[in-house]
Amino acid sequence: MPRVLAMTPFQIIRETNTWKIFYIGIIYPMWIFITSFFLFSCSAPSNVEKALDEQILHFGLGSEPQYLDPHLANSVSAHNVIIALIEGLVSEDPKTLKPVPGVAKRWDISEDGLEYTFYLRKNAKWSNGDPVTAHDFVYSYKRILNPKLASQYASMLHGLKNARKYHESNRVLDFEILNAGQGYTDESEVSLVGSKSGTGFVGLLETNASGSIIGVQILEAGKNYSSYQSIEISDENGTGAIIRPIIGSLSWDEANVGAISIDDHTLRLTLENPTPYFLELLNHYSWFPAHPPTIEKFDAFEKQGTAWTRPGNYVGNGPFTLSDHKVNSVIEVKKNPLYWDAQTVSLKGIRFYPIESADTEERAFRSGFLHLTQTVSPDRIDFLKANHPELIHFESYLGTYFYRFNLDEPPFDDVRVRLAFNLATDRKAIVEKVTKGGQLPARCFTPPGTGGFTPESRFRFDPEKAKSLIQEYLKEKKLKSLPKIELKYNTSEGHKKVAEALQGMWKRHLGAEIQLLNMEWKVFLSTISKRDFSLARAGWIGDYVDANTFLHMWRTGDGHNNTGWSNAHYDKLLELAAQESDAQKRFSYFEECEKLIAENAPILPIYFYVHVTLRSPTVKGWYPTLLDHHPYKYVRLENLTIND
Amino acid sequence: MVKFILVRILQAIPTLFVIATLTFFMTRLAPGGPFDSEKNIPDEIKEKLEAHFGLDKPLHEQFFLYISNLLQGDLGPSFKYMGWEVSELIAKAFPISAQLGILSLSIALLIGLPAGIIAALRKNSSYDYFLMISAMLGICLPTFVLGPLLILIFSSWLSWLPPLGWYSFSDMILPSLTLGLFYAAYIARLTRAGMLETLNQDYIRTARAKGASPLRVVTRHALKGGLLPVVTFLGPAFAGLISGSFIIESIFFIPGLGRFFVTAAFNRDYTMVLGTVLFYACLIILLNLVVDIIQASLDPKSRKK
Repeated sequence: MPRVLAMTPFQIIRETNTWKIFYIGIIYPMWIFITSFFLFSCSAPSNVEKALDEQILHFGLGSEPQYLDPHLANSVSAHNVIIALIEGLVSEDPKTLKPVPGVAKRWDISEDGLEYTFYLRKNAKWSNGDPVTAHDFVYSYKRILNPKLASQYASMLHGLKNARKYHESNRVLDFEILNAGQGYTDESEVSLVGSKSGTGFVGLLETNASGSIIGVQILEAGKNYSSYQSIEISDENGTGAIIRPIIGSLSWDEANVGAISIDDHTLRLTLENPTPYFLELLNHYSWFPAHPPTIEKFDAFEKQGTAWTRPGNYVGNGPFTLSDHKVNSVIEVKKNPLYWDAQTVSLKGIRFYPIESADTEERAFRSGFLHLTQTVSPDRIDFLKANHPELIHFESYLGTYFYRFNLDEPPFDDVRVRLAFNLATDRKAIVEKVTKGGQLPARCFTPPGTGGFTPESRFRFDPEKAKSLIQEYLKEKKLKSLPKIELKYNTSEGHKKVAEALQGMWKRHLGAEIQLLNMEWKVFLSTISKRDFSLARAGWIGDYVDANTFLHMWRTGDGHNNTGWSNAHYDKLLELAAQESDAQKRFSYFEECEKLIAENAPILPIYFYVHVTLRSPTVKGWYPTLLDHHPYKYVRLENLTIND
Repeated sequence: MVKFILVRILQAIPTLFVIATLTFFMTRLAPGGPFDSEKNIPDEIKEKLEAHFGLDKPLHEQFFLYISNLLQGDLGPSFKYMGWEVSELIAKAFPISAQLGILSLSIALLIGLPAGIIAALRKNSSYDYFLMISAMLGICLPTFVLGPLLILIFSSWLSWLPPLGWYSFSDMILPSLTLGLFYAAYIARLTRAGMLETLNQDYIRTARAKGASPLRVVTRHALKGGLLPVVTFLGPAFAGLISGSFIIESIFFIPGLGRFFVTAAFNRDYTMVLGTVLFYACLIILLNLVVDIIQASLDPKSRKK
């Protein structure tokens, strides 16, 4: 036997001369590396253990936010970071999310519910020491509503009087009459065609006695028109007129937006309609202020992607300041000593980790790296529920999981088929046997209790009725069976399980052949907005706690409708609800809306979301809330034994 | 030699151009865009957003603009990580991936080489079987299984090592081990095959007959020839290792280039996808050049060519 095999690498190194360099250069350092595994093995205390002294919250953020700019932000992860950095006019009660004083120490509401006057506290400061003034808020509203900034959530501010006028650019401002013509009829309608994306213009002709055009009365200015050379008037009798619309946008002052700073510390906001949830709305980041000198310094007033949101540049007025941001790794905030309510804030800092994989997040949590996770992998719920009931939390969340029908695709163009699919859906079985996260079966569209409104349960499970509806349909259409139907969903294990369960139910009760088709997220999104589906998964999370945030999307032509459903009565009901300040009356309009949804069934509600999360028992002052908002200034880290 | 290097660099330019062109048009052909999200953006806002970032211009115009910026060394801003430049993000993420890659390669060599040599010397013994079965397992076991498995043992059960992060040296051990073991398995098999071939050569018998010690036979005579297939394998393996692994970086939450690259594709972050692809291309071209230079200096035959 060759002797070399009996030797350890150390002996080899000792005994050889010629290849010494090779071994010393490569093999030996590697052995050091291996042995150092054990030397460096960590027995250091975990983040969570250290946090009791340090008061640093370690937060699983889920994904890296696209923006940290409150006027551009568009995600839950951005919300979670921004509320640490910026405070709005009002703040939230940590348990009920009811508005409590924030930058404004108090406010008056006019009797008609249209005028809000906010009195700002004098000790509210930006993190560079500047006072927070009413002008800063007006500046911020002007910025987010500026069409050039192209903010995705600017429409949240459309409740402000005239805000929409200012926000929607390229409106029809006036008409230039190049040739007055003759024989035109007064008040005939003027329509603008040929513009690529312009919509919404409504105008009437004004003529003199001889039928010459003297002007155009603009009823709705529309938006997004491109310029015209001239337009012709198609009036049966009139001839010869040439007029040219003048397209443009309104300035802030011309639009007369209902946000006025009366003095440094008084802000008056005027609304289009009485909006009972207006104060709650103010807690959405789109209403947050930004520090004007900082925005100007980085030329960010109408420009996206500037460097003002980086650590060192970011000026906020919240309980924390941005101290570090390593993309895809960590966002760190530290307590802001200049915050007006700094004595309430007991955390010294928060570290946000954008951990995308739910499994990695769970491992991080269990090793004491995180205090709380953003989510829990559905496969792990059973295990965690059985073994760590004190760590896993199920909290109702303001969202609905549902399927969209495409009303232009047979067989879903027939309401009986849509109703039959709804009736053949055993929602109870889905939540109990498939999702298993404590979700509520959705028997209406708006989650029960949203802003005090609980719709009647109308989506029932009745396979017999479903069967008879389908038979009736098949008989009338002279079909033997339903055509093959494609169900589209974005790739995810959870969506697949629900889809498979429904596939089975509909096969059993309706004899329907469903083909499942999963798609990558962005492909799925573009498929939905192009309406290239007959049945597709969807989800909707409320932006604020009011039924309006749910029912709004089924208006005719709403960007989120995508079903092709349109109902004039429904649209009217929502309009009435918007103008109504009496809560009971509003709810009755909403109830009527829910009824229309149930009767026409453009959708198939499945369940109401539940936010499943892992949270360390050392995190105190953290309460389940419907929007999953948790004002950090009330959060503390305490050892379990102290409170027990 | 200088001429050779210059020619190769000149050859790289059309290659990079073709890669940039293909990637540019392929990313644009994919459905969806960087600003699509579950909450639909109204059309007019989307148009403005696209105008804001020059995405409304005709595609060929966008392409020429991109190429002319590229020639000035500007990779553009990221669409997903607003306020950050693609070049900045790559500059921060690459050293991390490179660190992980170099550590993994060290582990792979450390384990793979001795294992291969021992298996070859003790051909068909229980040592050989044990090592080669382990190597086969290592090749078959994907990193997304091995990673969580190692975490389970060293982190959950033994609590010796942290399960994620990239902050201190102890964080680096598990990910580099996961990645390293996978490559170690390949290297062990290649080394064994190479060694077996050389050990049967006549000159080895001659060396033995001349009375050289077994150690001298292995180190002085056999290794040189036996390691050739490993060296060939190491070139592309090194490029792959230092450019980041999406799976390892996701499992262990490491902010490396692999994660940036794959999430950029999911997010339709056009500039980031292009930036990382071009960076990879440059890296591979450069490493190939280095390999060729080394080969040329080792082998007189290829030097003449």
